[in-house]
Amino acid sequence: MNPTDTANPDYYHRVVDCQWACPAHTPVPEYIRLIAARRYTDAYMVNWWSNVFPGILGRTCDRPCEPACRRDRIDDKPVAICRLKRVAADNRGDITPFLPRIPKEKNGRRIACVGAGPASLAVARDLMPLGYEVVVYDEADRAGGMMLSQIPAFRLPYEVLEDEVNYILDMGVEFRSNHYVGSLKSLLEHEDDYDAIFIGTGAPRGRELDIPGRQEAADHIHIGIDWLSSVAFEHTERIGRRVVVLGGGNTAMDCCRTARRLGGEQVDVVVRSGFDEMKASEWEIEEAMEEDIPIHNFLVPKEFLHEGGRLTGVRFDHVRREVDESGRRRLVPTGEERIFECDDVLVAIGQENAFPWIERDIGIEFGEWDMPVVDRVTFRTTHPKVFIGGDAAFGPENIIWAVAHAHEAAISIDRACRGEDLHDRPPDHVTLVSQKMGIHEWSYDNDIDHARRYIVPHADKEKALAERRMEVELGFDEDLGYKEAMRCLNCDVQTVFSESLCIECDACVDVCPTDCITFTENGEEADLRTRLMAPARNEEQALLVSDLLKTERVMVKDEDVCLHCGLCAERCPTSAWDMQKFLLDSAMAYEPEHGRGGGNGTGGERGNGHWQPPQRGLPPEAPSQPRQEHDHA
Amino acid sequence: MTHIAKPRFTHPLLGTNALGLSRRDYEGSMSTLCAGCGHDSISAAIIQACAEMSMPPHMMAKLSGIGCSSKTPNYFLSKSHGFNSVHGRMPSIATGSNLANHELYYVGVSGDGDTASIGLGQFAHAVRRQVNMLYVVENNGTYGLTKGQLSATADVGMRSKTGEINPHDSIDLVSLALQLGASFVARGFSGDKEQLVPLIKAGFSHRGFALLDIISPCVTFNNHAESTKSFDYVREHNAMMNRPDFVPRREEITVSYEAGESRDVTLHDGGVVRLHKLAEDYDPADRVAALHHVQELQTKGEIPTGLIYVDAKAPDLHARMGTPPVPLNRLGEAELCPGSARLEAINSRLR
Ligand SMILES: Cc1cc2nc3c(=O)[nH]c(=O)nc-3n(C[C@H](O)[C@H](O)[C@H](O)COP(=O)(O)OP(=O)(O)OC[C@H]3O[C@@H](n4cnc5c(N)ncnc54)[C@H](O)[C@@H]3O)c2cc1C
Ligand SMILES: Cc1ncc(C[n+]2csc(CCOP(=O)(O)OP(=O)(O)O)c2C)c(N)n1
Ligand code: SF4
Ligand code: SF4
Ligand code: SF4
Ligand SMILES: [Mg+2]
Repeated sequence: MNPTDTANPDYYHRVVDCQWACPAHTPVPEYIRLIAARRYTDAYMVNWWSNVFPGILGRTCDRPCEPACRRDRIDDKPVAICRLKRVAADNRGDITPFLPRIPKEKNGRRIACVGAGPASLAVARDLMPLGYEVVVYDEADRAGGMMLSQIPAFRLPYEVLEDEVNYILDMGVEFRSNHYVGSLKSLLEHEDDYDAIFIGTGAPRGRELDIPGRQEAADHIHIGIDWLSSVAFEHTERIGRRVVVLGGGNTAMDCCRTARRLGGEQVDVVVRSGFDEMKASEWEIEEAMEEDIPIHNFLVPKEFLHEGGRLTGVRFDHVRREVDESGRRRLVPTGEERIFECDDVLVAIGQENAFPWIERDIGIEFGEWDMPVVDRVTFRTTHPKVFIGGDAAFGPENIIWAVAHAHEAAISIDRACRGEDLHDRPPDHVTLVSQKMGIHEWSYDNDIDHARRYIVPHADKEKALAERRMEVELGFDEDLGYKEAMRCLNCDVQTVFSESLCIECDACVDVCPTDCITFTENGEEADLRTRLMAPARNEEQALLVSDLLKTERVMVKDEDVCLHCGLCAERCPTSAWDMQKFLLDSAMAYEPEHGRGGGNGTGGERGNGHWQPPQRGLPPEAPSQPRQEHDHA
Repeated sequence: MTHIAKPRFTHPLLGTNALGLSRRDYEGSMSTLCAGCGHDSISAAIIQACAEMSMPPHMMAKLSGIGCSSKTPNYFLSKSHGFNSVHGRMPSIATGSNLANHELYYVGVSGDGDTASIGLGQFAHAVRRQVNMLYVVENNGTYGLTKGQLSATADVGMRSKTGEINPHDSIDLVSLALQLGASFVARGFSGDKEQLVPLIKAGFSHRGFALLDIISPCVTFNNHAESTKSFDYVREHNAMMNRPDFVPRREEITVSYEAGESRDVTLHDGGVVRLHKLAEDYDPADRVAALHHVQELQTKGEIPTGLIYVDAKAPDLHARMGTPPVPLNRLGEAELCPGSARLEAINSRLR
């Protein structure tokens, strides 16, 4: 193999599994260390710059970071990254002094955002500090999009949402509530002379289930997302005693749990295929089951039963799964039937996009499934002034993807307004700084904690079911938060190898607890992977390969299960290994003048500004070290 | 010295041996030696050899004298017996414990100072008596623990790190052991585990005195440009006589080499060392030739390594003394005091 190109920021970024997996590339270990230092405001700001809604996401994020977390491969369970975010949010101080200053003098450009969901709000957040005038339209009376209308209050209290939405609206965004945009054409041509329009209208249509009885029993058959929003806006306060929820995704889980709180005593979830194929997150399923909601699988709905215009039940065909030679799965009726008697049905079998308000003759090309054609890098449609992101762009995803789209779209809008090439993307900000403080002193905590993942305490079940808005998860308190934070392995503190210093004494090989390091003859990757101290079977994880050493061998390090304990560097007599913190702040339209919060006392902080609160219980500042700083352009 | 304990987490693919133990179970506490010390690599090699051979930790005893090298038994086999003795006196402790209980595996760890300087007399007698043990010398040509004085294995004319020139000839422990009748003599290099681990395994399998002289650079006091025990010097002058492969008894020998390329030696317990000859035709069963060969290479400034001599049939201390099969420490009063008639018989034999 060729020597690894560690000058490419992607190399070390991939080692920080959680950050790499996060759509917004939040510097996770950076804020986890701040939580351990009880610097919650800083931890919050690191998040806020990157993912815009830390308090909301700390409760609701889909958390793609967690399955990616290195700890999962070593200790069975990942760090509770998402719930640690909430610890930062719950314990933060007043952040208003640290919010960006909004120029009084505007830059003369006007941007419209259609829809007030997370995508539009994040676009506004990124553009307001640059002097843009941003107008946000939503048909609802308040901003928040589906975070407001769909995510139930027992998972996301309204005050948490309101705080974070207001940080943005209070920047001087003009919010036109109760304003349904009926025509993009008129927005483009007539209204207010916009320089760019961002479409953040989500995927607002719930999928229908057209089976016999649907019309006749319509009064008691509700489309899940419509029903959830009518609960959120307090148009619906009750549901029947016996409820059947159709569907196995997260919407179904929110429907059934909400039904339990509105009078549903016997709530059953019914899914077509296997339990193991349900789309809902594992934790959402667990929580539904904890609230005494059984989940029935392999049942395909065939008919809504009714009597005199009243729904009486649902009839299902029982099926089994068959896998043919080509590996395709099919559901085959077993001939058995099942009837669930019920008073109401909630249909939560999918969500769709719909753009009835976009004219098809204004230069916006629509492609497959009647979705607008979108440039995946710039988030521009085929109309030069129209951008799109969030669920509207590629179908329903989640909040963190909406935010990630928004950052890119904001960069594009800004470049378009300046007349710059949209494909010339600004670089991420990257630093790599030694953490060495003394022979065996590091400015991060390298003593690996062996504790298993801590469980988030829940509210009393009876009380939670009796009060629709009562938050079920109580969150970690400071003590548990600290303990969970200590589980993080600091994967951003990289093992940096300098072949010119290595004397091949084997000390690092001998000490490494997880057999990451091997000195061997070079070879092709597939071959090398089998010849290491432990075979490197996880191909998702890179090998760090050195240049030829004195003995004509190479040093190969498998990044897979490195604990970042720094023992290799401690046992290295020549400092050929060094532990260096890699900090990547992904590019945004606006770069805050005082940095993006944080600075964890590990040295190499980014501009942490005049507002940094005092540090508590942290090691002293690092002695002057040769700093290796790249700003990858 | 490292302040943190080695994390208990292991690689998910780290397997276990016939006893259900992983390599990590053969470790000891965190080393306090200088970072990069050759001695730590030797500890790692012992750990690997024991794990791969499924050595029962409770049936092993680690013995040592004084020195950085002699500290290392603390860093491996934490579940085995151990005795850290006085400077240069490990051989007598080994002889005594071996006499008392021949069922344990004994590994003595010593330094060049501990063995060739203060302990030379003790060493000579342990060899001569064929104490059944693996005797490891972690040879760095210096007194590491006392901060770098020249030891008795430092080469004549060599300049120490502080500028002193060594006026004396060095003691070559390999030649000495050959002359004193050791039945297993080998030399390894801490920087080459591929060769070292099989030598350790073969040493454990051998019954009788097994000397393993391991060149082990002292990174702090004897790894400078003029040292003859530095990583660079040893790599440049390593005259590898053979690369051994060790195949324990009961395991099928699967590696095959062209005829004339390798030579198998069956050890006392049935294990086989297979020597891939890298030097010209060399017979490890010929003591005189071995001595000659080693001397010849060393005169040319080369460092012969590999399995230099082995006699798998030589009787060990217990065979020579005719001790009973039951370890002496398990004999009861009846066996130890056989009565006055028996005493009278012994006495009359000596009259
Ligand atoms: C039941 C449910 C639970 C969910 N739970 C989670 C969760 O726990 N975690 C998570 O990350 N994601 C969750 N999601 C998904 C998440 O809510 C969405 O992915 C996210 O809100 C999408 O953001 P967006 O900005 O693209 O659009 P949306 O949030 O959908 O906002 C679009 C807004 O545009 C408005 N709008 C649409 N058309 C027009 C128009 N023509 N004129 C004016 N206004 C218009 C709508 O009223 C709406 O307010 C959930 C979704 C559902 C349905
Ligand atoms: C009786 C006695 N004399 C002298 C010493 C001082 N002393 C301690 S270690 C040592 C030399 C150790 O050298 P070596 O055996 O080569 O071990 P190394 O530290 O090099 O591994 C000496 C002279 C001692 N501890 N006891
Ligand atoms: S251990 Fe910490 S830094 Fe590493 S992937 Fe998990 S959360 Fe991220
Ligand atoms: S930091 Fe070094 S010693 Fe620790 S696990 Fe990673 S490679 Fe091994
Ligand atoms: S002084 Fe030399 S022998 Fe002793 S621990 Fe340090 S490097 Fe090893
Ligand atoms: Mg020594």
